[in-house]
Amino acid sequence: MRTSTRRSHRLMALAAVAALTTGLLAGCASDSDDGSSNSNDSGGNAKGKTTLTIGTFGVFGYKQAGLYDDYMKQHPDVTIKENVTTRTDVYWPKVLTRLQAGSGTDDIQAIEVGNITEAVQTQADKFVDLGKDVDKSQWLDWKNDQATTKDGKLIGLGTDIGPMAICYRKDLFKKAGLETDRTKLAAQWKGDWAKYVDLGKEYMKKAPSGTKFVDSASSVYNAALGGESQTYYDKDGNVVWDKSAGVKKSWNVAMSVATSNMSAKLKQFDKPWDQGFANASFATVACPAWMIGYIEQKSGDSGKGNWDVAAAPTAANWGGSFIGVPTAGKHQKEAIALAKWLTAPEQQAKVFAKQASFPSTPGAYTSLKPATETTSYFSDAPITQIFSDSAKTIPSQFHGAKDQPIGTAITDVGILQVEQKGKTPAQGWDAAGKEIKDVLGQ
Amino acid sequence: MTSSKQALADPASSAEAASGSQPGAARGARGRGTPGQGPDSWRSRFYRWDMKASPYVFIAPFFVIFGAFSLIPLLYTAWYSLHNVQLSALDHQTWAGLDNYRNLLSSDFFWNALKNTFTIGVLATVPQLMAALWLAHLLNYHLRGSTVWRVVMLTPYATSVAAATLVFTLLYSWDGGMVNWFLHFFGVDAINWRESDIGSQFAVSSIVIWRWTGYNALIYLAAMQAIPSDLYESAAIDGANRWQQFLHVTVPQLRPTILFTVVVSTIGATQLFGEPLLFGGVSGSKGGSEHQYQTLGLYMYDQGWIIGNLGKASAIAWSMFLILLIVAVINLLLTRRLRKSQ
Repeated sequence: MRTSTRRSHRLMALAAVAALTTGLLAGCASDSDDGSSNSNDSGGNAKGKTTLTIGTFGVFGYKQAGLYDDYMKQHPDVTIKENVTTRTDVYWPKVLTRLQAGSGTDDIQAIEVGNITEAVQTQADKFVDLGKDVDKSQWLDWKNDQATTKDGKLIGLGTDIGPMAICYRKDLFKKAGLETDRTKLAAQWKGDWAKYVDLGKEYMKKAPSGTKFVDSASSVYNAALGGESQTYYDKDGNVVWDKSAGVKKSWNVAMSVATSNMSAKLKQFDKPWDQGFANASFATVACPAWMIGYIEQKSGDSGKGNWDVAAAPTAANWGGSFIGVPTAGKHQKEAIALAKWLTAPEQQAKVFAKQASFPSTPGAYTSLKPATETTSYFSDAPITQIFSDSAKTIPSQFHGAKDQPIGTAITDVGILQVEQKGKTPAQGWDAAGKEIKDVLGQ
Repeated sequence: MTSSKQALADPASSAEAASGSQPGAARGARGRGTPGQGPDSWRSRFYRWDMKASPYVFIAPFFVIFGAFSLIPLLYTAWYSLHNVQLSALDHQTWAGLDNYRNLLSSDFFWNALKNTFTIGVLATVPQLMAALWLAHLLNYHLRGSTVWRVVMLTPYATSVAAATLVFTLLYSWDGGMVNWFLHFFGVDAINWRESDIGSQFAVSSIVIWRWTGYNALIYLAAMQAIPSDLYESAAIDGANRWQQFLHVTVPQLRPTILFTVVVSTIGATQLFGEPLLFGGVSGSKGGSEHQYQTLGLYMYDQGWIIGNLGKASAIAWSMFLILLIVAVINLLLTRRLRKSQ
C-alpha cells in the first residue's frame, strides 16, 4: 500500500515533468520560427556537387512552385538550399551585417523593395553587377531602375511586383445594397481613392451587423501612396515627406477613413487581422497581387466564391522584391545562373500560378494562368487582366534609404493614433513628424 | 529576462564549483606527494604549482566566455556610443563625442521609455513578489501532492516568452479577446488593450507577473523551509494567529531572500524586452502608436536594428547599464542599513 502511493507520487511527478518538458520544447519550437538556419555548410561537397544557398523572407514560393526541384533536375551537379526568415525586419539587419562582414551571406540574397534603395546606395560594392549577364529589357523599366546604382550597376533582379486591385466581398456588398459587379464598381471609384471612401460611407449606412467597409486606414494609405509619383524623397535624394503632394493626398484619404466608422481598425499582418478575414469582419481590402494568396489562405472556406476583385482607383504598386548575388559568395557564377533562371518570365509565371505573386517581367503576362482554385475562389474574376493593366501604368517613384521607417512612422504612429486613440488628424501628423525626425536623426 | 537571471545564477554555480575543487586538489597533492623527497624536487614543485594554478584553470572557462561575449561587446558598445555608426555603413564610423548621449537627454522618446520601464517595472514587480510570498506561504503548509503543486508553479517560468506572449496577446485582443469578454459581464466596455496607455502597460506587466511569480515563490519557499519551526511554536504559544506569524516571523526571516529577489526582478524589469516587443505585433518595437509601452530595451532595438542608428542604440545600452549601476548602489546602501538595524 505504502509503496504504491509512493509510486503514484513518483508517477505524478514524472507526468508533471513530462508535461513541462513538452511545453518547453513547444516553446522552443515556436521561438526558433523567426530565426533562420545558418548557411555555414555552403561550398562544394565531396561528390563535386555545388550547394547553392538562397536567403529569403516570408514566402517566396520558389520551393512551393517546385522551381528548386526543376533546376536541380536540369543541373544534377547543383543542390539548392533555401534559408527562410519569416519577417523582413529580422531578415534585413542580419543581411546587412553579414554583407559588411564579408562572410555568412547566402549565395543569393533576397531584397525587399523597402530595402532596395538602401542596398543600392550603401551596399552596391557588396553585390555582383548583374547588368551584363541578363537582358534587362525583360523587366519593367521602373523595376530595374530601383535596383540600379547611379553608375549603372544592377545589383538585383526583379522577382515579383505588387500591382494594385481592390478585393471585396460580394455577399456583404449585396447585403449593404451596393453594386456587386466588378466593372461597374471599378467605374464608380475610378481615378480617385476619395470616391472609394465615399462608397464606404454608403456601405456603412446599411452595413451588415459586425462588419466594416475596410480593414484599416493604413492599408488605404499604402495603396493610395503606391499610385503617387512623389512619396518620401525627391529625385535628388532629399527627404520631402512633409511637402510631398502624394503623401498629403494619401494621408487625407486615410484620415477620412480613420475619422469615420468604416474601418475595422485592424493592424495588417497581425493575428486579429487574420481573424478578420476568417470572420468576414470587413468588406474590402486594398489588394496588391500578393494579397490574393493571403486572402485565400486566411479567409478559408467562408470566403470561397464570396470574394471578388475589381480594378483599383489608381494604378499603384505595393511591395515586391529582388534577388541579388553577394560578392562574398563562393559560387558566384552558379549563383548568377540560378538567379537569372529564377527570375526569367517562365519561372515567374509558375510562381504566379502557385501563389499569385505577380511577375515583374511583362513577357510573362500573356501566358499567365492563375490556379483554377484561385480563380473560382475569387468569383472567376479576370485577375491576370486586372493586375497586368495596373502593372503597365504604375508611375515611376523615387525611393530613399529610410523609406521603410518613414512609412512605419506615418502608418503605425500617425494614422494609428488617429484611428485607435482618437487623436485629431493634426495631432497624428505632428506625432508622425516627430517620429520621422527621430528616424532621420535630426 | 531569462538571460539576466541565468547570468546571475551562473557565476554563483561556477564559483561554488571552483571553491569545491580547491580543497580537493590540495588534498590530492598532499596525499600523493612523497615526504622522502626534498622540497625542491620537480615533483613537489609541480604539485605546488598545481595547487596554485588549478583553481584558476577551473574557473577560466567562465571568464573566457564572459570576456568574449560580455566584456568585449560591452567595451565595444561604449566605443560605438561615442561614434556615429549606421547599420548600413559599419566601416564608416565618425567620431561623435558625447553627441549620442546629448541627443538622448534631449529626446522625449528616451525619457518616455525610461518612464515606461519604471512604471511597467513597478506594475510587474510589486504584485509579482507579493503574490509569490503569499503562494510560498501557502505551499509551506502540509499539502497533498506538494511536489505537483511546486512543479506546476514553475511551469510558466519554463514557457518561452514567445509562446506566453502570443497567448496573452490573444487574450487581450480588442475584438473577441477573452479578457474583454469577461469584463463585459461587469458592464465594462471593450478596452483597446494594446493602444490604451495604462491598459497596455498593465497587459505587458501581467505577462511578466504570470511568468515569474512561480519562480520567485519557489525561492521564497526554499528560504521559508529553513526557518526554525520553534520560532512558529513560540509565536503560537504567545497567541499569534497565522497572519501574525506570517507578518512577524516569516517576513523578517526572509528579509535577505526578499532583497535578492527584488534585485533580480529589478534587473529583469530594466531589461524588459521580449514581452512588449511581441505584444506589439507588427512594428512592436515602437511599443504602441504613442510609445505607451516602449521600454528602454525596445527603444534600443528600434534605434539599432529597425532605424539602423547603431551609435545611438549603443548610447542607450550604456545608459541602461549606468541606470543598473545606480540601482545596484541604492540596493547596496539599503542592504547595509538593513544589516545595521538588525
